[in-house]
Amino acid sequence: MLAKQLTVFIENRSGRLSEVLNVLKENNVNILSLSLADTTEFGLLRLIVDNAAKGKEKLTENGFSSLLSDVSIIKILHKVGSLQELLRIIDANGVNIEYMYGLSIEDSTAHVVLKASNTEKLEQILAENGISTLSTEELANL
Amino acid sequence: MIWNETKECMSREDMTNLQSARLVKLVDYMYHNVPFYRKKMQAIGLMPGDIKSIEDITKLPFTTKDDLRDNYPFGLFAVPNSQIVRIHASSGTTGKATVVGYTRHDLDVWAECVARCLSMAGVTKDDIIQIAYGYGLFTGGLGAHDGAQKIGATVVPMSTGNSKKLTTMMVDFGATAIACTPSYLLHISEVLAEEGLLDQIKLKSAICGAEPWTEKMHHEIESRLNIKAFDIYGLSEIMGPGVACDCEFHRGLHVCEDHFYPEILNPDTLAPAPDGELGELAFTTLTKEGIPLIRYRTKDLTSIDRTPCECGRTSARISRFKGRVDDMLIIRGVNVFPSQIEAALCEVEEVTPHYMMIVDRVNNLDTLEVQVELDQKYYTDEIRVIESFTKKIAHVIQQALGISAKVKIVEPQSLVRSQGKAVHVIDKRKLY
Repeated sequence: MLAKQLTVFIENRSGRLSEVLNVLKENNVNILSLSLADTTEFGLLRLIVDNAAKGKEKLTENGFSSLLSDVSIIKILHKVGSLQELLRIIDANGVNIEYMYGLSIEDSTAHVVLKASNTEKLEQILAENGISTLSTEELANL
Repeated sequence: MIWNETKECMSREDMTNLQSARLVKLVDYMYHNVPFYRKKMQAIGLMPGDIKSIEDITKLPFTTKDDLRDNYPFGLFAVPNSQIVRIHASSGTTGKATVVGYTRHDLDVWAECVARCLSMAGVTKDDIIQIAYGYGLFTGGLGAHDGAQKIGATVVPMSTGNSKKLTTMMVDFGATAIACTPSYLLHISEVLAEEGLLDQIKLKSAICGAEPWTEKMHHEIESRLNIKAFDIYGLSEIMGPGVACDCEFHRGLHVCEDHFYPEILNPDTLAPAPDGELGELAFTTLTKEGIPLIRYRTKDLTSIDRTPCECGRTSARISRFKGRVDDMLIIRGVNVFPSQIEAALCEVEEVTPHYMMIVDRVNNLDTLEVQVELDQKYYTDEIRVIESFTKKIAHVIQQALGISAKVKIVEPQSLVRSQGKAVHVIDKRKLY
């Protein structure tokens, strides 16, 4: 199942990241995980939040450029080698990973947020291998 | 519709004769009424009688913006203030303001010329036109206003500064035409889109001027608003908007040459350039009373075409401007015009037409940074994709300018939208 990720384009200016987070705080949007991809000129702040649609709406109202994109939030065991095992399966099926970051919820399990070159194919591989993912609805209830 | 068929469709021979007669009269008038010109002519041993036809114009000295500044405020006026009914002045961003004065007759001629231009854009007495140039010392607002009123259109004097009010009234009044700067109109189109009003407007045509804009920007305006856009040209020293305008065939701007005689000068030698060749545009005001000017150098780069146009008009046409002699930047020894960047960017689908050039000098080497905004739908969650846009834009700029530029993609809506003349260059080099 695909989940919505909220991405914000941020110029590399001091205080800009804080302004984005402030908008989310003011509107009670809870951040579950994030990754900041930085280049010399700009950064892409990728967020998993409890309500991505609301987050986008509020950021747009405040003059930030944000977008929603589909990512897979994959459940794995919180133990050595489990991530490698997941990647082995994805790799074996010829799907490229664009980016990935972690999301921890409980003690015994972990999640990775993963964007693949072919989102649909990844979903199919995961389903075939009995690997579960989180949906946008489930994120809202975490 | 052709506003004044007699003048706009005159045979070349009749036009030349008219221009000759008017020039002879003008030179005599100026010799006797403007001491500055009399001295200039005396200095080169020229008498009014030496000017017998329009061909003799090359014997006359040029006039420049400096001449206007040196004679600030009224030194070049040919009539006493009792005959001047209005004053306009340029913004004076590059020095002292340049001041021009109009007699009642001058204002009539001006309105006539603007009426011709608006008619080229299809404006009639049945139209409701919003004038969204600044009203005041700037010639744009009142100039367009008087011309639209002469046609008998319903004039809405919006001026600039309140985009929301403008878009609301555009919808509520059912405005069918607008006159403003092209960059402001792009901004208006964004406001309309944001407010979801695009499908509620009745706009048919836009008459844009006061700043250079490219063919691509023209198409952008037309497609965003589903209208026809026309280019109007003018400068306060000569008259204001209405000196020239393009017709529905967009084959260059028709000059009101029975009032303003155009010449193209070779930029290096200032010798007259043949038709079709690029050079600096100069005007002689053939009928002006208040502050007539001879061979005034506009600093605008263009070429001229005197062949008749498909629209039926025979008036000389000047090409879309290729830049200003003043705006030219020399970066790493290469001549660069901001309009080239604009044209280049319009070829890239992913970017908006807004841009800012930042020129600097680091370790004795000129640097050029071009800041652009992506079209909203192209912002993505993948660095790789944004970097590919950056490369593509840099390549297009390199092709257009012959020098490399660093491209910086900035946040949407972060580049300044101008309401008057757009500022596109920040030169941080301390060269002077």
